[in-house]
Amino acid sequence: MTGYPPDTASLGLRESHTFDRATIAGIQRAAATGIYDVRGGGAKRRLPHFDDLLFLGASMSRYPLEGYRERCATDVVLGDRNARYPLHLAIPVTIAGMSFGALSAQAKEALGRGASEVGTSTTTGDGGMTPEERGQSKHLVYQYLPSRYGMNPTDLRKADAIEVVLGQGAKPGGGGMLLGQKISGRVAQMRTLPAGIDQRSACRHPDWTGPDDLAIKILELREITDWEKPIYVKIGASRTYYDVKLAVASGADVVVVDGMQGGTAATQDVFIEHVGIPTLAAIPQAVQALRELGLHRKVQLIVSGGIRTGADVAKAMALGADAVAIGTAALIALGDNDPRHADEYAGIGSAAGFYDDYQDGRDPAGITTQDPELAARLDPAEGGRRLANYLRVLTMEAQTIARACGKSHVRNLEPEDLVALTIEAAAMARVPLAGTSWIPGQGGAP
Amino acid sequence: MAPLSDPGTVDPATVGGAAVEAATLTESAADGARTAGTVTFDLAATTVRALNSELHAPSATSYEVLRPQGAHAIAAGVHAPLTVDIRGHAGYYCAGMNDGATVTVHGSVGTGVAENMMSGVVRVRGDASQSAGATGHGGLLVIEGSASMRCGISMKGIDIVVGGDIGPMSAFMAQAGRLVVCGDAGDGLGDSIYEARIYVRGAAGGLGADCVEKELRPEHAAELAELLTAAGIEPTGAYAPTRFRRYGSARRLYHFATHNSAAY
Repeated sequence: MTGYPPDTASLGLRESHTFDRATIAGIQRAAATGIYDVRGGGAKRRLPHFDDLLFLGASMSRYPLEGYRERCATDVVLGDRNARYPLHLAIPVTIAGMSFGALSAQAKEALGRGASEVGTSTTTGDGGMTPEERGQSKHLVYQYLPSRYGMNPTDLRKADAIEVVLGQGAKPGGGGMLLGQKISGRVAQMRTLPAGIDQRSACRHPDWTGPDDLAIKILELREITDWEKPIYVKIGASRTYYDVKLAVASGADVVVVDGMQGGTAATQDVFIEHVGIPTLAAIPQAVQALRELGLHRKVQLIVSGGIRTGADVAKAMALGADAVAIGTAALIALGDNDPRHADEYAGIGSAAGFYDDYQDGRDPAGITTQDPELAARLDPAEGGRRLANYLRVLTMEAQTIARACGKSHVRNLEPEDLVALTIEAAAMARVPLAGTSWIPGQGGAP
Repeated sequence: MAPLSDPGTVDPATVGGAAVEAATLTESAADGARTAGTVTFDLAATTVRALNSELHAPSATSYEVLRPQGAHAIAAGVHAPLTVDIRGHAGYYCAGMNDGATVTVHGSVGTGVAENMMSGVVRVRGDASQSAGATGHGGLLVIEGSASMRCGISMKGIDIVVGGDIGPMSAFMAQAGRLVVCGDAGDGLGDSIYEARIYVRGAAGGLGADCVEKELRPEHAAELAELLTAAGIEPTGAYAPTRFRRYGSARRLYHFATHNSAAY
């Protein structure tokens, strides 16, 4: 914002919507550096989202449940189609995959502590499983990624579930790049690469191509783990209807759909903002695919990408998700973008509330870094407590809404409980525009 | 599971809601006697599940698999120093993630043989399909015939010796380990290679980005001789290390830079 007058309108200055200040700054930066912008986080543009939906609370035609008194359950079972030991979680909010490498070991431990305190799962990421994370995670999902960095069968057998990652919402069709400043000796050793080099994570799996191969890969994973563990398949939201059908046909016990608001540790801004579809648009596609297969609620659906509040949790579940996953919000709960680091954010050209240079390794909050001094700022126990608090709030908020809609389990929320504030949201979420029975694209009177 | 000394039938198990056929442990000898402690699984009569279940909690040290019929994931996930002989062709991911076993396939294999191997030895008497030894961290994979494309893709410490040729895009993003090819290599060899070392006796169809030919110094000749010997190939005459060429990373793409964009 530096260099712009504080009150442009009173001076008769009119900002272009096409060439707004961020766009101008982007062009100037590109011209100065000759390189595109790489950053962390998810899509920042305005997108149809859960904020564009509202719940229809009970009144005469529906009967609510008593707040603070009548039970509204939140538990969820994931992966009971084939696995001998499905996951039984106390709440339907899980922690999404984030790597040791992208995050410090302390941050990974804190995520495990927080998740375990409230009875939910956390997830590894590219680079393998750390002992800190396994030790502090009651339910740990082991990501099986194209790079296979740090992938070994011993850790695979230690996991509680396996998530085959095809993509993520921030970059469907993209791999990754962990820049050299975050490749510490330990990260390098876990990934079998020289320390300090920029490390490419592949976008395609090295030993299977397409759903027919994936079915055999999943069979192999089941065989290696003696059919004990649920197998998830994670996709970045794009052609979600078809991808979910193919994931299920390949044998997925759980499908994870990550919308474009889902975060990344390091991706080109142009990729984050222009590839993929919003979470809101992806959920009904996924649910339709599962319903047509007769497997909705049998193959569980986890949705991620922009979950911030219990209202978001409730809306995702009302649209048909069995659970949600959070990443960015979990990091914020640990202390990411905390105003107490304002001076340090300013020192690296950012600000609290805007910091997204997760690729850079200089995170003042000590979360997205491998710098030992910065990483030491995060106390895993305290971070875990903060995350647990936040997860409890999400859960209580979702329960509050579910009770208001007369549901004794948050999973019982349904699309009929929702209306949309905008035509776009109504079309994507496939719920009526508020005050009408009109679902754009689905027929019905306006 | 039935005691190995008493050939019998394992009760039908239910795995993931699907009934699994009764698994039969048969004796390997025609007279029904157990031969030198080897347990035989006939995959025409029992299942891969029954085989792998036994191999993951072994009650013997030597196994033989008859009539594999191209089944997938045969001997996948073994983590004990067992000897497994597979008499015929195997499908995908044979000996996948092997950790310590010596597995010999007396036939050819499908995609991903010994993928992500940690340790042990896997030997294929015939040919191998795509992605042989993909992402392997350790151990030795020997393919006496030829291997298809992506051999050694993303290898992380495994040693691979191929008696014949390998297909294109082999050793793509290979991080560590050694790949020895006694025949020719397909196009795009070693694309975006990191620290793995490649030895090719025949012609390389073309080198991938950042892969270059390097001097084969005495220490490389020594390790090559060791690898050939371990694979059962006498490192003399036509297979003398001096008949090979060495390829590796130019390390020009280790750091992202816009001036390299044409190379990606």
